[in-house]
Amino acid sequence: MTTDVGTAAAPERDQPAPALLLRLEGVSKSFGAVHALTDVDLDVPAGQVTALAGDNGAGKSVLIKCIAGIYTPDTGTIYWQGRPVHLRNPRDAAALGIETVYQDLALCDNLDIAQNMFLGRERVRHLTLSEDAMEEAAGRTLQSLAVTSVRSVRQQVASLSGGQRQAVAIAKAVLWNSKLVIMDEPTAALGVAQTAMVLKLVRSLADRGLAVIVISHNMNDVFQVADRIAVLHLGRLVATRPAAEMDRQIVVDLMTTGVSTRQVGADATAERPADDAG
Amino acid sequence: MTRVDEPEPPAPIAVDDPDLRQAAAAESEPPGGLRPPPETLRGYFRIVYLRIRSGDSGVLPVVAGLLLISILFQALNSKFLSAGNIVNLLIQGAVYMLLAMGEVFALLLGEIDLSIGFVSGIGGVVTAELVKQSVGWPWWAAIIVALLVCAGIGLLQGTIITRLGLPSFVVTLAGLLGWQGVMLMILGAGGSVPINNNIINDFASGNLTPLASWVVMIGIVAFVGVRIWVQESRRRASGLIAPPASLTALKIAGIAAAGIILVLICNTDRGRLIEIKGVPYVVLIVLAVCAAWTFLLGRMKFGRYVYAIGGNSEAARRAGIRLSRIRTLCFMLASFTAGIAGIVYASRLQSVSTALDGGTLVLYSVAAAVIGGTSLFGGRGKAVHAVLGGLVIAAIDNGMGLQGYSAAARNVVTALVLLAAVTIDSLARRDAARH
Repeated sequence: MTTDVGTAAAPERDQPAPALLLRLEGVSKSFGAVHALTDVDLDVPAGQVTALAGDNGAGKSVLIKCIAGIYTPDTGTIYWQGRPVHLRNPRDAAALGIETVYQDLALCDNLDIAQNMFLGRERVRHLTLSEDAMEEAAGRTLQSLAVTSVRSVRQQVASLSGGQRQAVAIAKAVLWNSKLVIMDEPTAALGVAQTAMVLKLVRSLADRGLAVIVISHNMNDVFQVADRIAVLHLGRLVATRPAAEMDRQIVVDLMTTGVSTRQVGADATAERPADDAG
Repeated sequence: MTRVDEPEPPAPIAVDDPDLRQAAAAESEPPGGLRPPPETLRGYFRIVYLRIRSGDSGVLPVVAGLLLISILFQALNSKFLSAGNIVNLLIQGAVYMLLAMGEVFALLLGEIDLSIGFVSGIGGVVTAELVKQSVGWPWWAAIIVALLVCAGIGLLQGTIITRLGLPSFVVTLAGLLGWQGVMLMILGAGGSVPINNNIINDFASGNLTPLASWVVMIGIVAFVGVRIWVQESRRRASGLIAPPASLTALKIAGIAAAGIILVLICNTDRGRLIEIKGVPYVVLIVLAVCAAWTFLLGRMKFGRYVYAIGGNSEAARRAGIRLSRIRTLCFMLASFTAGIAGIVYASRLQSVSTALDGGTLVLYSVAAAVIGGTSLFGGRGKAVHAVLGGLVIAAIDNGMGLQGYSAAARNVVTALVLLAAVTIDSLARRDAARH
């Protein structure tokens, strides 16, 4: 029941200068009596990593599923490049250039890297698969992401390490000229070196001009990679600020109580979440 | 991209920590990234070895097993590798090979189809009924209708399995019972329908003339050889991973040698009273089905999706693949292939009777597919596995028969071979998971 009416002029109101790719306005989603999301406003600019923080049950997953087209918000509007859009299913989202890398990565162990990257969108000529063309494109994408630790794109995914799998899943999302990549806990199951590799990859996506949304529980990761941090508390977005205006304690306070009185340094200009004590 | 008042860029990923650097080095394998294609035979074999290590052992175990069995039986009885016996073995194994090729479609999904034994019986009996004198259909029309009936059975079972979400084991177990009943009903009181159509009977017992055998063999080898050569040189030219030219040549030479040996064996006179020579038609049928299903599974979208569903159905679903359609089609193809097997079976016996034991047939076909290297857990398997596995089963049956062992002893040995094959499969999987 997204409101399509009377919103045509709205997005021009006060767009910040850099390309604002995605904007949520007043998005709410309930499951029966449970209010999973209440009146969420979120801006996602291109070329930046937006970290989504929040305790378990804060609504992070529901929020990204609304953006990925898996759930339709009950109320509120999603703007894509300034225009209101209606995401009925994941295919709609994919058509806009929204790709999601889920926590379980959704890779087929028995297929090789190239086959996984093209799964569901194979290139076909005369009814037969264009293996060579797909293999080349997959190799190019991996190289452009500086993923050099895999031997060949013909390697089975079963033989890859956790970090390499994550890299393949990210490369799969990038292959489709996507504009927004959503990642759910990309470093959750990884060791130190692999985490560093994946975070570097996340950073490089943003540097290519893509918008990235990362869900993470790990404060180290969040502060290492994010340009902006959005904190959810009980289904409400309690703060969205540049990472430089936050520190760990502020984020943890916001995650657990929804408010924080701390400030970083002398800089007090950070917008306060419209007093959210509620 | 201007960042909103950001005092400093996010901290670069620190690799100053020596421990971390070491770990990163260990992680990233040897440097060099996406390797250039292997120029040497050694480089190529290394890649093949790595594939085997990653659980994709392919046809190696079954080929080794086949060699072992041949040496063993030949040592016991010098008749085993005689031309007559080898051709005999190919004809005996054909029904298992065809049925197993059908079963592969179900196994690839991680499912099972227990019904195809009696579905093949339906295929045979429909053909026999339609060509008998009182009905008098032409042989080709009878075969088309029989195969359509079988495909329809598969469509029905597949639809029940996917739309109602029932386990394939139970639905096809009902099929095993039900189609046996239907077959017995069609056979009626007589219990047997003879086939008097020479063309159909020739599928299993007729041969190409020796000259035609050579022509067909040369045609197939030339077609396959040119295809492989063009494909692999194109890959080499565009810098993709491909075997060196020497290996491509070796591969084609191997195929040619196999073809020549097969025709030489088949063209040796194997008759006792009259001269019998030439490649049996049934060998061509098996090769044609194997080639068609290999193409379907290896080169077409449909096949890719079958493997994807068997490997990780959730990933396939998220990739936008319509699971129920692909799965239903698989059950349809399984039954369709079973229909071909049933017609060959009927052709060999020149009749269809109540003696057709679809239960044993289907279990043998599962065994053949698994012995050949198809995984019971889904996602791994090829049509050629079914052919090789069927050959193993036929060889055990035939070799032990020559030695005068009882059917009971043959069952025990077949069981042990099956067990060994499943063990190899699951060990390979466990090994792959550890990496």
